[in-house]
Amino acid sequence: MSAVTETAPVTAAGNPVGRSIRDSLIVAKRNLIRMSRIPEMVIFGLIQPIMFVVLFTYVFGGSMKIGTSTSALDYKNFLMAGIFAQTVTFATASSGAGIADDMHKGLVDRFRSLPMARGAVLTGRTLADLVQTALTLLVLAVVALLVGWRVGSDGDTNAAKVLAAFGLLLLLGYAFTWIGALIGLTVRTPEAATSGGLIWLFPVTFLSNAFVDTSNMTPWLRHVAEWNPFSATVQATRVLFANPGQSTSQAWPMQHPVWASLIYSVLIIAVFRTLAVRKYRSAA
Amino acid sequence: MPGAIHAEGLVKTFGDVRALDGVDLDVPEGTVLGLLGPNGAGKTTTVRCLTTLLRPDSGRAVVAGVDVLKHPDAVRRSIGLSGQFAAVDEYLTGRENLQMVGQLYQMRAKAARARATELLEQFNLADAADRPAKTYSGGMRRRLDLAAALVVSPPVMFMDEPTTGLDPRNRQQLWEVIKQLVSGGTTLLLTTQYLEEADHLAHDIAVVDHGRVIAQGTSDQLKARTGGERVEVVVHEREHITTAAEVLGGFGKGETTVEEHTRKLTVPVTGGAKLLAEVIRELDTRGIEIDDIGLRRPTLDDVFLSLTGHVAESADDEANGKEAVK
Repeated sequence: MSAVTETAPVTAAGNPVGRSIRDSLIVAKRNLIRMSRIPEMVIFGLIQPIMFVVLFTYVFGGSMKIGTSTSALDYKNFLMAGIFAQTVTFATASSGAGIADDMHKGLVDRFRSLPMARGAVLTGRTLADLVQTALTLLVLAVVALLVGWRVGSDGDTNAAKVLAAFGLLLLLGYAFTWIGALIGLTVRTPEAATSGGLIWLFPVTFLSNAFVDTSNMTPWLRHVAEWNPFSATVQATRVLFANPGQSTSQAWPMQHPVWASLIYSVLIIAVFRTLAVRKYRSAA
Repeated sequence: MPGAIHAEGLVKTFGDVRALDGVDLDVPEGTVLGLLGPNGAGKTTTVRCLTTLLRPDSGRAVVAGVDVLKHPDAVRRSIGLSGQFAAVDEYLTGRENLQMVGQLYQMRAKAARARATELLEQFNLADAADRPAKTYSGGMRRRLDLAAALVVSPPVMFMDEPTTGLDPRNRQQLWEVIKQLVSGGTTLLLTTQYLEEADHLAHDIAVVDHGRVIAQGTSDQLKARTGGERVEVVVHEREHITTAAEVLGGFGKGETTVEEHTRKLTVPVTGGAKLLAEVIRELDTRGIEIDDIGLRRPTLDDVFLSLTGHVAESADDEANGKEAVK
């Protein structure tokens, strides 16, 4: 990055890829500065998943059946992969709201009149949201450890696998912010982007293996849950953490959750990034 | 040789609304064109088409020698845009805003930083440079927005209603800034609803209504189209109106119009101040007491009225009126 900056001439653009990365990082920096000046938004973003951890653990914990076990500890260890995955998807709403706000205030007009890389405004935003998501995950993991969650509670794991799990979670979160970006560009007001960015996340995250064992679902629902892209990441995380409640279903994403999670996330990025950048270019 | 900004037959429709209905413009290098018209006339849409933000349905445009539709990115390198709403990030400081814009114009970080400092000085924002822009007053924000448009000293500038919503003092300040700017040779297209502003800043004025340029020329040319100067008299006593009308009729080059309730008489004349002195003497001789007398040249309001059949502001009222009826 610094090399590109140093050699970039004052007016003409360098090579398109270098320019795109550079411009995206400039916009990302802008969004991170914004976040640091509105700390209450970051804090509210943290409180919600922490509440989920505490509520699910203590309210549902005693009455859930994971496989054959009804132990509250097993449910706690089962639950965390689901909560982590749900948390990363919630960045969708803030991405969308931020972009809608920029449209609303005329900042997007300013950016679109500049000789900058076309996708950079959106990429910069999604990268900044990724940083926030990573921060949220870190705090959440600490809270989870405090309430008794442990990796390797159902088999062996190691540091590399745990890190890989967090990597998949972040990739999923990043993929979802592109959906949020498209929503933000489409609805154009921050309020609509916040609610529009959230409502669809509830069915996506609950019609899954995140909070309950899918083997207790009716067959058609179980099918949906097992092929839900979100479930693939949850399953992959559970496998890598060696936590209980891993699905034994024959569905391909449940059998190959790491690959499924990677493929789904990359596919979501490819599709929604293309749509969002196209929408941005023609935004009037 | 086409000017620094040149447009031919720009058409843009939004659903049923024909926002632009064949706009032709030409702004010679180093001059200022004022695009004058009421709300909804198509001023902003024209600017958006010329600054690559919006693709017209048909027509062609060349800005700074580059085809806007074929090479939008090259156009973006040569233009600065200052919008109707101050488009700065309110959570970033003035300095951070300008630095970011500079870098996105592909300046190196160091050069962008130096340029930001320079602009903050120039726009009288140095004291507020490291405060978030949301703490700025309306006038300061507008200046910051303008500074952001000037980061690379673009040869062609677009300003969409730069002073809308500003108080008179801030407007005056911004006018000074704009005048300085164009004295440096920048070509400027400026939209405004204020007739006074166009008169004050622009070399040429294009009057827009319903998505078309309905007249173009210098302020003087447009005023000449409305007719020349005239003498306006307000008499003190209502019973003097008839006598005064007689006097004015003797000097006038056309019909004298009388507004009974304001006791105002108007007559077109030629002869300027010398004639005005004669009129005053004659009225005095006849013992007519006057409250006010003056030689009036037509204002752009008059121009607008004679071109469109309605005064500039009324297009807005009309729209509001329709809303109210529904």
